[in-house]
Amino acid sequence: MANFLTRPRGRVHGRTSLHWTDWVSYAYLLAGLIVMFGPVLWLVMSSFKTESALSQFPPSFLPYSQKEVLVAGFDKPLPLYLAKDEQGQTRELAQVRRIGIVATMVDPLQPQTEIRVNINERQPVNELKFASGNYTELFAKFSFGTYLWNSVFITVVATLITLLFNSMAAFALSKYQFTGQKTVFVLIIATLMIPPTIILVPAFLVISSMGLLNNLWGVILPAVATPTGVFLLRQYMLTIPDELLEAARMDNASEWRIYWRIILPLAAPAMAVLAIFSFMWRWNDFLWPLIVLSRSEHFTLQLALNAFQGELNTQWHYLLAMTVITLIPITLVFTFLQKYIATGIASAGVK
Amino acid sequence: MSVFSAFLGFCFNLVEPVFRLGQKWLGASRIGWLFVGPNLVVIGIFTFLPIVINLVYAVTGGVNLLPTQRPFTGMENFTTLLECRDYTDLQTCRTDIFLRSIFNTVKFSLIQVVLMLFFSLVTALVLNRKIIGRGFWRGVFFYPVLLSPVVVALIWKWLLQSQGVFNAGLVAMGSQPMDWLLDRHWAFFWVVVVSIWAHMGFYTLILLAGLQAIPKDVYEAAEMDAAPPRRVLSRITLPLLMPNLIVVLVLVMIRAVQTFDEVFVLTGGGPGSATTFIVQYIYLTGFAEQIHLYGLAAAASLILAIGLMALTLAQLRLSKAGDAGKVKK
Repeated sequence: MANFLTRPRGRVHGRTSLHWTDWVSYAYLLAGLIVMFGPVLWLVMSSFKTESALSQFPPSFLPYSQKEVLVAGFDKPLPLYLAKDEQGQTRELAQVRRIGIVATMVDPLQPQTEIRVNINERQPVNELKFASGNYTELFAKFSFGTYLWNSVFITVVATLITLLFNSMAAFALSKYQFTGQKTVFVLIIATLMIPPTIILVPAFLVISSMGLLNNLWGVILPAVATPTGVFLLRQYMLTIPDELLEAARMDNASEWRIYWRIILPLAAPAMAVLAIFSFMWRWNDFLWPLIVLSRSEHFTLQLALNAFQGELNTQWHYLLAMTVITLIPITLVFTFLQKYIATGIASAGVK
Repeated sequence: MSVFSAFLGFCFNLVEPVFRLGQKWLGASRIGWLFVGPNLVVIGIFTFLPIVINLVYAVTGGVNLLPTQRPFTGMENFTTLLECRDYTDLQTCRTDIFLRSIFNTVKFSLIQVVLMLFFSLVTALVLNRKIIGRGFWRGVFFYPVLLSPVVVALIWKWLLQSQGVFNAGLVAMGSQPMDWLLDRHWAFFWVVVVSIWAHMGFYTLILLAGLQAIPKDVYEAAEMDAAPPRRVLSRITLPLLMPNLIVVLVLVMIRAVQTFDEVFVLTGGGPGSATTFIVQYIYLTGFAEQIHLYGLAAAASLILAIGLMALTLAQLRLSKAGDAGKVKK
């Protein structure tokens, strides 16, 4: 065990054959792949199943559902079964109706002759089919569009304001010398030690006396001053040479112009990191929106998911589709912007 | 794109006069206040003001939200929360659910921190080896970190439900299906598993960064001396990784103590109060129950804050001790 754990990377061993510790490592990583991605993949596959396929036990990984055929003389498509007819031959038959343990079936090609089959002697014919109905019905049956819009609105607006306020503060704290500057910096960083969970009640009072209960701004405003954002941007802006600012001042540029036209463009990489984090924080936010937004027309996706899963008869087929839609933006960020996230964690320890 | 840049230009022109004026009044360096202003106002209103008001809530009673209309009750809220006739038996406490939630939180944090450290350390050590596609494998373990707690909880709820994949496995092995989340011990077990699943990647990343910062020549020296791998691990890797391990230890504890979202959606704190943690108690008492007992919730928040402060101080102590130890060597 110790042997396998300590072998540092870059050490050369057995040029062609893998050492047994390598086999163990790859086995561990493969197990990790299954444990980490398996549950998500299972959820995504399940979200493409029809309601009846979801209730089958044992469940299948791929979305199989019972095949249905349109038979002349019947309005609705009929479910297909493999069943024995009177001659004892196994055929694909469509079920017309079922009374007790006797099912009445027809051959899809000869719908006139009805065949009676014991229900224990029939097997459903399954086919692989990705049902998109769960997704399309979300928009039709629920105010899913509203939840999506609320989430997008909060995420985008809060991120924009976060970027503006935090970069302004970071600019002041990195490029000016004024009395009280140190105190301000310490105050801002000190809020790192005050997690929102310990000031829930008074923060609720503040929001409600501002009339922002059940208002998306009540979720946005408290979130726009993040200590990690200020810290990350300040550290980056410290590396921008002061000479640039001096040159601009020579040209009689206002301080705001210096900030807007010089500092912001130069700090773009750090701004990108903060933008990604802010996006994820706001998109995934739960406890604070749960307290501020109590009416369903203001729900974000996270709140809607929570509300639906709490219902007595959970409609899993919709819930699964909704969960998948909620995790799509985060998955896109993960796929394309992972590099920035690693940078953020390395430079500011943010999460 | 041109619409966007026009919009940006508009924003610029809107604000510039304000700053020109400010520059005239405040002078070139004190204008910094104008730049930190918005940030300070926001943290003042939504962080520092609430800290003060929280103290008011903690020592007042009643159900009114407005602090001025709340009767002063002194330490009443704290005695309500903490008083027990017999401290060996939680059922004799006035608010047994609160003490139970503290007990659950401590138990959860201790179990979780040990497992989290173990798994993230092993994963980081494996990822630090000479493997093909390290970026990909690192991503694999990191992906769940980005998912929202609600999504994480729903993913696992779907796996654990009565017709879910775990029960299918049980049936395939010939045993009876289980109600995983309705048994108090299993529910607690899965809460721990899910939180490790969801957060392990973050700590793995911190430890991996620490491992990669260990200079290679130390290992080369050990190889020269033909040090056995076990000794390399215990005498080189772990001591040099100690600062990162302490950071991870404290971060895991601080986060574990505040656990709410995933557990709330996964088990709702149940069955009974088996997975009810402190933050959930605060939420239920202050916001979700029929009568909103803000005073009790605020007092519970203060107790949580004290716990968090102790953890932060412990971190400072530990990291100082770690630094001192390094100097000695």
